[in-house]
Amino acid sequence: MSLKKASELAEAGIITEPGNAAEYKTGDWRTYIPRFVEENCTHCLYCWIYCPDTAIEVDNSGDKPRMTGINFDHCKGCGICATECPTVKKGPDKAALHMDLEEK
Amino acid sequence: MEQQLVALTGNEAVAYAFKQARPHVASAFPITPQTEMMHKFAEFVANGEVDTEMILVESEHSAMSAAVGASAAGSRVITATSSAGFALMWEIVYIAASLRLPICMALVNRALSGNINIHNDHSDSMGGRDAGWIHLHSENAQEAYDNGVMSFRISEHPDVQLPTMVCYDGFIISHTADSLYMLDDADAATFVGERTPKYALLDVENPITVGPLDLTDYYFEHKVSQMEAEQRALPIIDQVSAEYGELTGRRYEHFESYKMDDAECCIVILGSSAGTTKAMIDEYREKGIKVGLMKIRTFRPFPNELIADALSGMKAIAVLDKSASFGGFGGPVFTEVRSALYQTGCRAPVHNWIYGLGGRDYDLHQAAHVIESIDKIARGEEMETINLLGVRL
Repeated sequence: MSLKKASELAEAGIITEPGNAAEYKTGDWRTYIPRFVEENCTHCLYCWIYCPDTAIEVDNSGDKPRMTGINFDHCKGCGICATECPTVKKGPDKAALHMDLEEK
Repeated sequence: MEQQLVALTGNEAVAYAFKQARPHVASAFPITPQTEMMHKFAEFVANGEVDTEMILVESEHSAMSAAVGASAAGSRVITATSSAGFALMWEIVYIAASLRLPICMALVNRALSGNINIHNDHSDSMGGRDAGWIHLHSENAQEAYDNGVMSFRISEHPDVQLPTMVCYDGFIISHTADSLYMLDDADAATFVGERTPKYALLDVENPITVGPLDLTDYYFEHKVSQMEAEQRALPIIDQVSAEYGELTGRRYEHFESYKMDDAECCIVILGSSAGTTKAMIDEYREKGIKVGLMKIRTFRPFPNELIADALSGMKAIAVLDKSASFGGFGGPVFTEVRSALYQTGCRAPVHNWIYGLGGRDYDLHQAAHVIESIDKIARGEEMETINLLGVRL
């Protein structure tokens, strides 16, 4: 998105569109990227609770909410989801989240 | 327009002006010599003469913070301070201007510490001259009252939206009784009107975020819009003053020109010291010295073109500063005046006298000394550019 000129900005630096942080894509800040292995996931939603951003995607349409994946536009690769995920202590084969060095 | 002739101190006069503007919120912390202004205002609130939410905060930093919050919410807000109180709120003073909030503040000029001094000089407001506020200086209680009433119309003008400080000299004006004409409450209320903010936090239909973060890609652009607002304020201050002049018979310009029509040399000064200087100018005029006075009212935005125009015909100019800018070449007013003149072809000698620091009395002898000096300079005598007046060396 191109940068606005002084004359195009709202006065006093105020922000007039609520929730516009969603447009600022911080995914390119990553060094490590989470890899979701759905068959290992228990859908406890700890990753969603602990994610400091809004990068865990959840499907609420069924009886119970299900973790469906990562929003890579906003995931900064902090790894908190993979640290908090309870399946990780069962070993790499059974872990639902892994942090990999991202190929650029 | 029916006006009442009253005898009030400067602080009382400004308290009346602020009362007549009917602010929604007042947040303040006491400091000499401002305290009595807010005491008087609080008395009006307690007596039910004005319906203002008084927030009695724990410090001036909090006073300005509360003022910023209330103003961003959409309220008309007032506060008052001096000296160290202004210094304490310094961080938020810049924020008030950058958030474009039309807060009106009585700045009762008092020397900054150290050493601790409760008396008048201009170091406090001059210390904040880069903050983005409008600075109006008052010579006496009448001017303090008038500037107080006008400040709301200036600050709240949709093309300005900047906070204003109404400056007047501590003790000299704030605490001495003077006679002045006051509008009645209804006429003042009509002139000042209601605040109609374009943006307000309490406008839940149009939610906004106030005071977000800027990175290197946007801070500068936001500052540009502040600079432009200060420039737009200059003609608007004049328009408001013209309207006020129609209402009251007192028409203020950005500066007062006293005996300047045929002046060959002049003194540039701010505040109450102008009165003393005018008295001495009258005496020297009797002796045939063609000396005049420019008393600056609008210091920010600095009316550089108008000032340069008015001074460019002089043979010698004395700029009197009631504050020092340590390490700078001359005081704040000297620096601004000289810089403004540099734009013109005028190369008349401009000399600085720093005077009155810590409330050191500026008397007729000092005024006489300055007049005699610029008279000599106008006749070709060389003198030090930067001088100190009334100090024991």
